[in-house]
Amino acid sequence: MDAGEILVWIVWIGAVTALFASGLAVVLFQNPFYSALSLIVNLASLAVLFLLLSAEFVAAAQVLVYAGAVVVMFLFVTAYLGGRADAPWAGGPTLQRLFAVGAAAAIAIEVVVAISLAAGDRLTDPAEVDEAFGSPAEIGRLFVSDHLLAFEATSIVLLIAAVGGVILGTTAPRRARAEGGEEVPQR
Amino acid sequence: MMGPGIASYLVVSVILFGIGAFGVLIRRSPLIVLLALEIMLNAGNLALLAFARQFGDGSGQIFALTVMVVAASEAVIGLGLIVAMSRLRVELDVDKLTTLRG
Repeated sequence: MDAGEILVWIVWIGAVTALFASGLAVVLFQNPFYSALSLIVNLASLAVLFLLLSAEFVAAAQVLVYAGAVVVMFLFVTAYLGGRADAPWAGGPTLQRLFAVGAAAAIAIEVVVAISLAAGDRLTDPAEVDEAFGSPAEIGRLFVSDHLLAFEATSIVLLIAAVGGVILGTTAPRRARAEGGEEVPQR
Repeated sequence: MMGPGIASYLVVSVILFGIGAFGVLIRRSPLIVLLALEIMLNAGNLALLAFARQFGDGSGQIFALTVMVVAASEAVIGLGLIVAMSRLRVELDVDKLTTLRG
């Protein structure tokens, strides 16, 4: 094991620890503001794992799209609504929560078993890839050659989401309009 | 490929998906349910990229980018719905949200 290999292992273990800790923090924080901030840590450590998988462009897009746009939007909405939420464990363990833990564990075990049964020994030797793998040039070439339909479909999905967001945001709900104008947001 | 093998990435991805599913199931605030959904989508992305690296095929990365587009659209619509709920003075609790009528 040479120095580079050891360094990669250290980076991997650090990223995975941060990933799990911040993931649990998102789920368990009572204040949604802290949850959204933990999601940034989660996405950043995930981007490190993407880099180790030689997916440079996806890692950059991940940080730009999520930390730059999605989480900022979450923070704006959290600030607009006022930071309040349910405490995840208020009222002790109910039947629903016990079932939730069981269901989450069952999903995890199920997927591990299904993949290891289906994979056999095909997951041991990764393919050799060159420098171009995961580069913007390669991604762009695939998008306009093999996956042109997916590329066009994503643009339509984004357009529909943008139009839907504007309609949801600008059209006053029926009850509010009947009472004569915009209602004061609930605190 | 240096460092841990593909199987370790897949196990990380499955555990992350489990954390996200757990969050969706126990939380009642729709904001945090959306955040946990993002975690689940990202766990799927990690598995896609791990398989793409394993088989040296760039299509998995294209899939991951498409999933990110879907996640961004979902966040826009979900947050728009939450803001509409709060304008209607519906309590922000997914257990009490029993109707979609405006």
